[in-house]
Amino acid sequence: MSQYPALTSGRRPVGVVSFAQYDNVRREDARNEVEMLMPVVTEVFGNIGITKDDVGFICSGSTDYLIGGPFSFVAALDAVGVWPPRAESHVEMDGAWALYEAWVLLQEGEIDAALVYCFGRSSMGDLSEIMAVQLDPYYLAPLWPDPTSLAALQAQALIDAGKATEADFAAVASRSRRSALDNPKAQVAYDRSAEELLAEDYEVAPLRRHALPPLTDGCAAVVLAAGDKAYEWCERPAFITGIDHRIETHSVGARDLTVSPSTRTAGEKAGVGTKKVDVAELHAPYAHQELILAEALGLGDGVSVNPSGGALAANPMMSAGLIRIGESARRIWSGQADRAVAHATSGPCLQQNLVCVLEGV
Amino acid sequence: MADEVIYRSDHVLEYPFVRSVGPVIGAFLTGLRDGRVVGTRGSGGRVIVPPTEYDPETGEETSGVVEVGPEGTVTSWSWVPRPRPKHPLQTPFAWVLVRFDGADTSFLHVLPAAGPDEVSTGMRVRPEFAPEDERVGHVKDISHFVATGGAS
Repeated sequence: MSQYPALTSGRRPVGVVSFAQYDNVRREDARNEVEMLMPVVTEVFGNIGITKDDVGFICSGSTDYLIGGPFSFVAALDAVGVWPPRAESHVEMDGAWALYEAWVLLQEGEIDAALVYCFGRSSMGDLSEIMAVQLDPYYLAPLWPDPTSLAALQAQALIDAGKATEADFAAVASRSRRSALDNPKAQVAYDRSAEELLAEDYEVAPLRRHALPPLTDGCAAVVLAAGDKAYEWCERPAFITGIDHRIETHSVGARDLTVSPSTRTAGEKAGVGTKKVDVAELHAPYAHQELILAEALGLGDGVSVNPSGGALAANPMMSAGLIRIGESARRIWSGQADRAVAHATSGPCLQQNLVCVLEGV
Repeated sequence: MADEVIYRSDHVLEYPFVRSVGPVIGAFLTGLRDGRVVGTRGSGGRVIVPPTEYDPETGEETSGVVEVGPEGTVTSWSWVPRPRPKHPLQTPFAWVLVRFDGADTSFLHVLPAAGPDEVSTGMRVRPEFAPEDERVGHVKDISHFVATGGAS
């Protein structure tokens, strides 16, 4: 008789049973999105010895704004091959949200397994301009505030509130890039002290270069399996015991940027605080955002935060959130962790947040 | 090799539609054209500037037109030493979140200055409007913000 953890969200135990990601790179010139995805999809199935015929649903996350053409996700399906026709969906979001949709469908019980994948090439255009297009079209977008400029407003608000200093941002970056030395998929990894990092110039003050995420081309994939199927494909599945997504207003001037109430609520709904957390993989593209997220989730000193290096090590658009779930699951499969919190964000200054709690038995 | 352009294709992304901005955003943009700043009233009487048709926290419908400012207080800022091509100013400037006098939320715009030492949270500012015959009912009818010399 298989053992399953108690569930905070849903009724059917669904586990992450396989994960693969592309070698995160600054610029992938030679391969298009389909060519990048094919080896990743092959690997995510090959890890557990299955094929596309073993999954009942495929869900992807990407955005047409990166490639500059409509319906680019349809072409990406060629990386999987969908003949005979099968159930498929897409979200214009990070792959973490595609995983959420697949999890909801698995709850209904008609299918037992799903493939989730996501992709994005930041190098196709000017990411700072592309990201400005997601903002309010009347009040914000005409001014073209780039993500770093907006994140810097948030960092300054933290400093003004006495909640953090520039040295704290540097300490997050130093620790993250040092952890990334052990991550073969990391794009930016180094062993440099916080003091050394504080000598860098400002990109947009108060953020220096080290506090910014790299520009990354990449993609990632996960296989979800429910109930006994999870144990069939994985010795120790990383079961999703809680998952929740909350959104704040898009108006950055109407929010207290020093806190993340949406993360707090999502964390509570996903049951983060009900038991000890071993590992947290937080999607904090800017160094100071890790501090806000850790506070919102109530993570104590005993939690290993971003052992992969997080989004500061590699920040592939549309995949960095799903990669947090994959990195968390890996640590449960290996027995390094029993319980992990994975987080994904979207929108300016942590506007939207998804929290996913994973547990092994 | 890596620096060579392997494939290049020019795409023009267009939004070829004209749409009304409605009574709330429209009131704000029309106000700017006339050199005034207006907001609206949200839940609990909070004055929301720039105005939205719903309260950003509760989602309840907002109501009325409330004149605010034109002076205000900087609630946060960031300093851009190297402006990007599409930024509103092409010399070093600060992004400022400004809470207009009488408002409960903040408005994002730009403030040119000689250096970051001239900018601080809490500083008093006012909008500098574009010349009257150039204003069209757009957020850039405010050219930029300037310091008034005070602090709150």
